[in-house]
Amino acid sequence: MKKIFSRPESLTNAPFSYCPGCGHGIAHRLVAESIDELGIRERTIGVAPVGCAVFAYNYFNLDMTEAPHGRPPAAATGIKRTNPDKIVFAYQGDGDIAAIGMSEIVHAANRGENITVIFINNANYGMTGGQMAPTTLLGQVTQTTPFGRDPKREGYPIKVCELLSSLEAPVYLERVAIYDPKQVLNAKRAIKKAFANQVENKGFSLVEIISNCPVDWGMTVMDSIKWVKDVFIKTFPLGIIKDKTR
Amino acid sequence: MKELIKGNIALCNGALDAGLNGYFGYPITPQNEVPEYLSRRMVELGRTFIQAESEIAAANMVLGACATGKKAMTSSSSPGISLKQEAISYLAAQELPAVIANVQRGGPGLGNIAGSQADYFQAVKGGGHGDYKIIVLSPNSVQEMYDFSYEAFGLAQKYRTPVLILADGIIGQMMEPAEFNKPKIDPNTPISADWALTGAKGRPPRSIKSLLMKDGALYEHNLELQKKYKTIAQNEIRCEKFLAEDAEIILVAFGIASRIAKGAVKLARACGIKAGLLRPQTLWPFPTEIISSFAKSGVTFLSVELNAGQMVEDVKLAVNGKCEVDFLGKPGGVLLSEQEILNRLQEIAKRG
Amino acid sequence: MKNEIVISGFGGQGTLLAGVEIAQAALEQGLQTTWFPSYGAEMRGGTANSTVVVSDDEIGSPVVFSPNALIALNELSLEKFSPRLVKGAVVIAPFKNKPAGDFNYFYVDVLDLAKQAGSLKAANMAAVGALICALEKPDTVSITLDSLLLACKKTFEKKPEFIGLNQKAIEAGYNFIKSQK
Repeated sequence: MKKIFSRPESLTNAPFSYCPGCGHGIAHRLVAESIDELGIRERTIGVAPVGCAVFAYNYFNLDMTEAPHGRPPAAATGIKRTNPDKIVFAYQGDGDIAAIGMSEIVHAANRGENITVIFINNANYGMTGGQMAPTTLLGQVTQTTPFGRDPKREGYPIKVCELLSSLEAPVYLERVAIYDPKQVLNAKRAIKKAFANQVENKGFSLVEIISNCPVDWGMTVMDSIKWVKDVFIKTFPLGIIKDKTR
Repeated sequence: MKELIKGNIALCNGALDAGLNGYFGYPITPQNEVPEYLSRRMVELGRTFIQAESEIAAANMVLGACATGKKAMTSSSSPGISLKQEAISYLAAQELPAVIANVQRGGPGLGNIAGSQADYFQAVKGGGHGDYKIIVLSPNSVQEMYDFSYEAFGLAQKYRTPVLILADGIIGQMMEPAEFNKPKIDPNTPISADWALTGAKGRPPRSIKSLLMKDGALYEHNLELQKKYKTIAQNEIRCEKFLAEDAEIILVAFGIASRIAKGAVKLARACGIKAGLLRPQTLWPFPTEIISSFAKSGVTFLSVELNAGQMVEDVKLAVNGKCEVDFLGKPGGVLLSEQEILNRLQEIAKRG
Repeated sequence: MKNEIVISGFGGQGTLLAGVEIAQAALEQGLQTTWFPSYGAEMRGGTANSTVVVSDDEIGSPVVFSPNALIALNELSLEKFSPRLVKGAVVIAPFKNKPAGDFNYFYVDVLDLAKQAGSLKAANMAAVGALICALEKPDTVSITLDSLLLACKKTFEKKPEFIGLNQKAIEAGYNFIKSQK
């Protein structure tokens, strides 16, 4: 019998500890498949964030470290610059990248670091129990916006890709989603391209993945998928925000 | 051959000769010569230099580079070192061999840019969160800026620990003849560390992390760290003794204050006062046993510091009530003179 | 035995480099030496000074409270440092009126000497030449003219076109004091 589907080599056998319906598992798998297909597993070093993906080093079957909250782009910079032959990626959440680590991501992008950043945007702080993130939508209820996010009080959702697109150096910025198989396939294409860019020394690439967080959103998995489609991606439109490789 | 050189440049040369792979810094007075000099030298030598967006980012770039077994360093001055404390706690937890230099200025807050020793507590008591220690070297000359900077990398690698060079604005800014005479280490020497992240080729993957959520895992990790700190304390204490053997008043001073204290000891001896000096060159591990061995009745200790009284607490712990411990110091980036110290020595001698 | 020298003036008058020359000369003579700059927050216009200690013994503080020699290139510096001098200290300054105080005051028109040497910019070097001559004694810590000229050659190694000019200014300052001794 021919085996047509198996675990990528870049994933360990550890079962994911993510909540049901969470997008991290899918994102991990897409990253692992991309690394496998590019044949770079043995020279890849990943940087895990503080957030739900803090345990990423348990799931990726490759060398991993962990940086303080928000600092993965700086740590990845240190790794890549002193080891230009390695493939380096940072895996970050929305609080990590757009709140506490805004400075690190902006400057790593602005220096055009030849790294790959995978950014999971699920519109809230998942690990700490669902507080407001910089990407929380207007009106969205979270543990710290009990009356819904009010722009007068909390400002507006930050669009990381659009913000970084004003910089000269980044070569590739794309926002994708993973709420259905078609979107997953599209996300895979984008992630693989973000790694391929690094292999080809093209420069800074970032893929923002709009991800579901049904538990912290207080929704069923099916409702969360509907919410992503009907609401989330209206504020965060999908597509290529910048591509200098074309 | 000796050359006339600034302390901050000597510090750079020590790191370069030790095989520094990457320097990551941010401008702040009085350490600006370090990033300025290395921005040229590192590039000329084909090594990595980055002026980071912040001291926080610089320290985390060091964290990344060190995780791959590379020799990496950052430097700053007091307010910037406060910003690096988050990363230093992580570096200690992840057991990464980073080198950090603090060319201290006056504090608290933005303070001033004069040389000071007010960051002693921050350096030796653990400036960040958690139970950890880092090796703290205290140079008191331009030569030692070179020597200690060079040796910091060896110590960091040997024990997988961050090492802090606690200098000050005066040692950093002054020029003095110094000799750069240590064997130059090739920065491209292959990494043999069995923990470094070099890509999981032909071996299981490695992870370097500080989040240990499994039952008892963090406890075990802490016990291991404490064991390591004990070994360091057994092996790495350095302390200069000057006329201490027969001294009735023993000054304890580090860094720039120790030079002034030494001058005062000479003046005191010329006046017939039996003074001596103990100079901790490692502030952690602290020369507790050495100080303790000099503590007996009839001896008075005088801790001389450019702060409001910090190391004096460790001197008191070492002396443990066996004799008197006095303090002389000035906070806020103000310097003591030999004469001021001598005056205090004369008072102590008179009171007997 | 030691000499504790302060060189002070406006930022841009070359007081830091003048100090380096003396320290380098001390090194050439195998003496102990330290050089320490004042590093003000402002880049230009404030007073800038450097302190040089030359000794035959290990040097404690590179920062000096009571110098025994002073080069004051502006009046502000003269006012600031002259009250702190030890008795009998040597002062080199380009101001005709000697301020009150128990020290050896040498009026030296360093600008004129530098101009004669080829450039007004070498006034600091003329002052250094004058100072080492004024401090010259049969002791162990005096800086000789030869070592100062050698120091000048070394510090301007990367800008050799300036060596001759600065050496000339040093000699002019030195000879000016020599002729008065």
